[in-house]
Amino acid sequence: MAAQSGPDAISYADLRRRRAAHLGERFIELILLACAAVSLITTAAIVFVLFEETVSFFENVSFSEFFLETEWQPLFRPVSFGIWELVAGTANVVIWSLVFALPIGLAAAIYLSEYAAPRTRKVLKPILEALAGVPTVVYAYFALTVITQDVLRPIFGQDIQFFNALGASIMLAVMILPTIASISEDAMSNVPRELREAAYGLGATRLEVAIRVVVPAALSGIVAAVLLAIARVVGETMIVAVAAGSTPNLTLSPLESIQTMTGYMLQVALGDAARGTIDYQSIFAVGSMLFVMTLMLNIAATVIVNRFREAYE
Amino acid sequence: MAVRADEVRGIRLASTGRVARRQAVSRASRYVLLAATLTGVAMLVYLGYETVDRGWSRLSWDFLTSYPSRFAERAGLRSSLIGWVWVLALTVVFAIPIAIGTAIWIEEFAPRNKLLSLVKLNLANLAGVPSIIYGILGLAVFVRFLDLGPSILAGSLTLALMILPMTVIASQEAIRQVPPSIRQGALALGATRWQMVWHHVLPGAMPGIMTGTILAVSRAAGETAALIMIGAFTFIAYDNTSPFEDFTTVPVQIYNWTIRPQEAFRQNAAAAIIVLMVVIFAMNLAAAIIRERFRQQQ
Repeated sequence: MAAQSGPDAISYADLRRRRAAHLGERFIELILLACAAVSLITTAAIVFVLFEETVSFFENVSFSEFFLETEWQPLFRPVSFGIWELVAGTANVVIWSLVFALPIGLAAAIYLSEYAAPRTRKVLKPILEALAGVPTVVYAYFALTVITQDVLRPIFGQDIQFFNALGASIMLAVMILPTIASISEDAMSNVPRELREAAYGLGATRLEVAIRVVVPAALSGIVAAVLLAIARVVGETMIVAVAAGSTPNLTLSPLESIQTMTGYMLQVALGDAARGTIDYQSIFAVGSMLFVMTLMLNIAATVIVNRFREAYE
Repeated sequence: MAVRADEVRGIRLASTGRVARRQAVSRASRYVLLAATLTGVAMLVYLGYETVDRGWSRLSWDFLTSYPSRFAERAGLRSSLIGWVWVLALTVVFAIPIAIGTAIWIEEFAPRNKLLSLVKLNLANLAGVPSIIYGILGLAVFVRFLDLGPSILAGSLTLALMILPMTVIASQEAIRQVPPSIRQGALALGATRWQMVWHHVLPGAMPGIMTGTILAVSRAAGETAALIMIGAFTFIAYDNTSPFEDFTTVPVQIYNWTIRPQEAFRQNAAAAIIVLMVVIFAMNLAAAIIRERFRQQQ
């Protein structure tokens, strides 16, 4: 507008309009900045909330009880708050879900990256990734009614409890399968072709190239995928709350009833604990533990992925 | 099949001994690995079959329009469907403008400094926070501190915070897809930065933003743990008419029916899962269609 009539012709009104537009721009930028601040405030709020209630919790329960006692019995007297039974429950389902998901997920990643024709991969990968979009309450239903009742009970009979770590672990494995397969496949596809061709040139078969060359070269990406998968299992609530039981249990046996950290938090929330009670505070103490664990796993995965990128670019 | 050159000349080039064995193992490995890849797919099919088998007979108009009940045969999804729509609609209203605003700020306005890297790092970490942590955040801040109670408003604010990181990251990618030449063209013609974003960048990024948004909302639609934390596990026998009322949603209702010992309630859960999966599948399909359309336009 102003530019068309030349610099001499800029009127006072034009200048005022420009100044108004400039102020408007500044205002919009502030609004956008405020939007960006929401995510920062969210993090601050999470940390503050967890910290505040956890501090109140430790006013009633000593550090040594929390970290040194092995019994978690908050609901019946004598109460005892030893976190390890819940940590063991979480470790239990992490281990057993990885037992299933790691070999299958890695095999799928190797197949998609090294064996499948591009067209096959284009069809299979999205289907596999669809497993990640299924709500976990659906997996929880399957873990209890289909896996435990129809599959595990007939196999193990009375040796397996109705609520057990194994049924939950199997569905957790299905849940993390796409995480492991998809991220590992990305890492394997990024391995330079020259490495494969050198191995083929030395007479290696396809399987040997995949296992002895591609997998080691993509190892950091695979490790990152596994760490992210573990973080998802640690944070998953519905599957373990429905199928794994609500018995804090210091065991890694898959056949027993256990309780994970998330399972405990959900159980207390269902009981509608009043603010200020030790029950209410305890879910924040357990939540802090959970938050720190998942955060460390996610950060470790990010660090490893970034290192890996530098290696090949 | 064509005759191999070595066969014509009567020479045998096939390997023997150790080499033959290695090659045979490698050839066989293809099928083992393919089988492993199909395990996940097979599991999906098996579970889908089991659900339809158990739940199909319960699915009816009455099931969708009845309130929950002590009697499994009379119980339905009415109040949880209505609560679900309320919560998801408000989640979209809260989350989407803030997510798009954050993405625009990061991609178009932010000075390349420490604050920007902090915001980005923070978003990446927030995306990995388990949903139950958002649940206790909602419980402490929205339900207790702001005294909203276990209301639709508290639920949708909690879910909005939960889907914010993934919506921002998807929107950022969509905005980055818009070619720089479009920005330069707009700026060269005298557009201000915001005019450039509003009239040129956002329209170009819209399909990508919508795809990411729909996927994020489908995650919120399936969320159960965070809503149970804030108190959505309740018996609701009325239609929600205000965001300050208590509520329940379809996934929470599925949980409710799953944990009951009676087989009849498990059937209800299966029927409700069919409803849930149809909705989730429709959302994912819509996202895929928008993405493909957009690709063709480019």
